[in-house]
Amino acid sequence: MTDQNATATDGGSVAASAGAGATRTATAPDAVTVSGVSRVFGSRGREASVTALDDVSLDVAPGEFVSLIGPSGCGKSTLLRLIADLDQPSSGQISVFGKPARRARIDQDYGIAFQQAGLLPWRTVAANIELPLELHRVGAAERRTRVGDLLSLVGLDDFGSKYPDQLSGGMQQRVAIARALAESPRLLLMDEPFGALDEMTRERMQNELLRICAETDAAVVFVTHSIPEAVFLSHRVVVMSPRPGRIVDVIPVGLGSTADRGEALREDAGFFDAVGAVREALHGHPVSAGPATSATSTGSAGEAREGANLCEPSGRPAGRESR
Amino acid sequence: MRPAISTSRAVVAPVILGVAALLIWQLSVMAFDIKPFVLPSPVEIATQFGKNIPTVVQASTVTGLNALIGLIVGGILGVAAAVLAAIAPVLDELSAAVVAALSVIPIVALAPVLYTMFGAGAQTARQIVAAIAVFIPVYLNSLRGFRQVRPVHRDLMRAYAAKPVQVTRTVTLPTASPFIFTGLRIASSLAVISALIAEYFGGPVGGLGKSITSAASSSNYSLAWAYVLGSIILGLLFYGATLGLERLASRHRPSA
Ligand SMILES: Nc1ncnc2c1ncn2[C@@H]1O[C@H](COP(=O)(O)OP(=O)(O)OP(=O)(O)O)[C@@H](O)[C@H]1O
Ligand SMILES: [Mg+2]
Repeated sequence: MTDQNATATDGGSVAASAGAGATRTATAPDAVTVSGVSRVFGSRGREASVTALDDVSLDVAPGEFVSLIGPSGCGKSTLLRLIADLDQPSSGQISVFGKPARRARIDQDYGIAFQQAGLLPWRTVAANIELPLELHRVGAAERRTRVGDLLSLVGLDDFGSKYPDQLSGGMQQRVAIARALAESPRLLLMDEPFGALDEMTRERMQNELLRICAETDAAVVFVTHSIPEAVFLSHRVVVMSPRPGRIVDVIPVGLGSTADRGEALREDAGFFDAVGAVREALHGHPVSAGPATSATSTGSAGEAREGANLCEPSGRPAGRESR
Repeated sequence: MRPAISTSRAVVAPVILGVAALLIWQLSVMAFDIKPFVLPSPVEIATQFGKNIPTVVQASTVTGLNALIGLIVGGILGVAAAVLAAIAPVLDELSAAVVAALSVIPIVALAPVLYTMFGAGAQTARQIVAAIAVFIPVYLNSLRGFRQVRPVHRDLMRAYAAKPVQVTRTVTLPTASPFIFTGLRIASSLAVISALIAEYFGGPVGGLGKSITSAASSSNYSLAWAYVLGSIILGLLFYGATLGLERLASRHRPSA
């Protein structure tokens, strides 16, 4: 197991296809394809324009768990909102399951959880979870069974008839996650969903999220500020830098199938190695690829790493991104 | 148990104060021999009120019905106008001056004009006066409510590709409803006051306003005060009912 915990620095070890739960056929389109995307927020009046994202490229395979990490204001939320078609890029292309982001939104191809739970306070927990089903005209009987399933999935069986203001912050987050999962999306977009939780609840929620992802086989784009959280959850960690927002590094986490990750992993040496690698990338000392090249052509550092050690967990062949 | 204590205090304190005030009133009327046309004693007013309950109730029904119709019509128009103004802010900007004017002029001043328009035999003028008085606070509060929709909820609806009607029903109206009902609560007293004062300017007899003037002009001062007491009760009823609705609409909202 420890051999697989290769980080970018020890290039030799080869992890076999660690099985991201992604039994991907050759023709299946990527869950998310972001190519050369920039987002410049307009200069209204005398305000200077802000380049929130600059030439960002990123692919997420079906069933793959990818975390976005970076200092505040580096454009993580902006990137997530672009994928969700809640905002449009100034330039570049985004496709979700091979279609334009707008089409994917209208087809309801993703579920989303925001940093704030964003529950409707006048609806009960159950009514909040069934909101997307109700909006998309799912029958009442089917809704009821689905909500029952989701409530037990997030461990809130007895709280269906409560109102959000009667729940703790962590419970509200779990309701929001259940709501995001309601239509069993193949893609989950999550913006710091555990940001407001205490450490213990947070770790429990991480375990639950991995279990849910294994069950539903969903791809996840997960924004976080926590390095251990990113490493624990992800197949790959995307490290971003601010002003302008860029991808400085993509770090494959060679910790095996995310479905098998448990509490023990948090004590694992490989876990700490990966945490170290992400921290290094975050603080701006890339180890393998030259920083000069990775600064403009985003993701190139990640390519270099993948080429070096093939430990991308979804079994993605090396150099695939450079096609 | 703290809330229970504070609730009972909130009830007991005003009651004690009220009883004390009534006592002082009664004692000073007796001690200084104040004439009834200046100020009748509470006991006298209460006796008159008790003797005339059927007529006071009848008068209150007439005025109350006018106020209620005004409240409903003005309320519906106020919410509808706010919906339009929220959809097309241009309308809001265009109407801002009119709304500001309407909110500062005393609406009852329109009553004599309206009586000539709709005939002095109909209640219409009074209902219109009440409706206009209601419209303003309902419109302003509703518009404020429609602007309270949280960005995260707007994003959520967009992520669900919800249709405009669905967004209005599931997010916009529920967000705004505490504000709408606050507007209605403020408007409820205005509706009663306007409907009552409008009676002073003409129209058919039978309402509280007319009854107060006719009792006073026939020197039946205690009876006039009994009608005043009736109108106070009517006002409180309207206020209490709309306050209850407001409380109901504001359940499970984070206090903001
Ligand atoms: N609607 C907007 N209008 C103008 N500028 C914006 C807007 N949204 C984001 N920005 C700018 O874009 C940059 C990136 O913002 P973003 O919210 O994506 O950061 P983030 O990485 O999610 O930060 P955090 O970790 O603090 O959530 C910031 O500099 C921000 O000021
Ligand atoms: Mg953010």
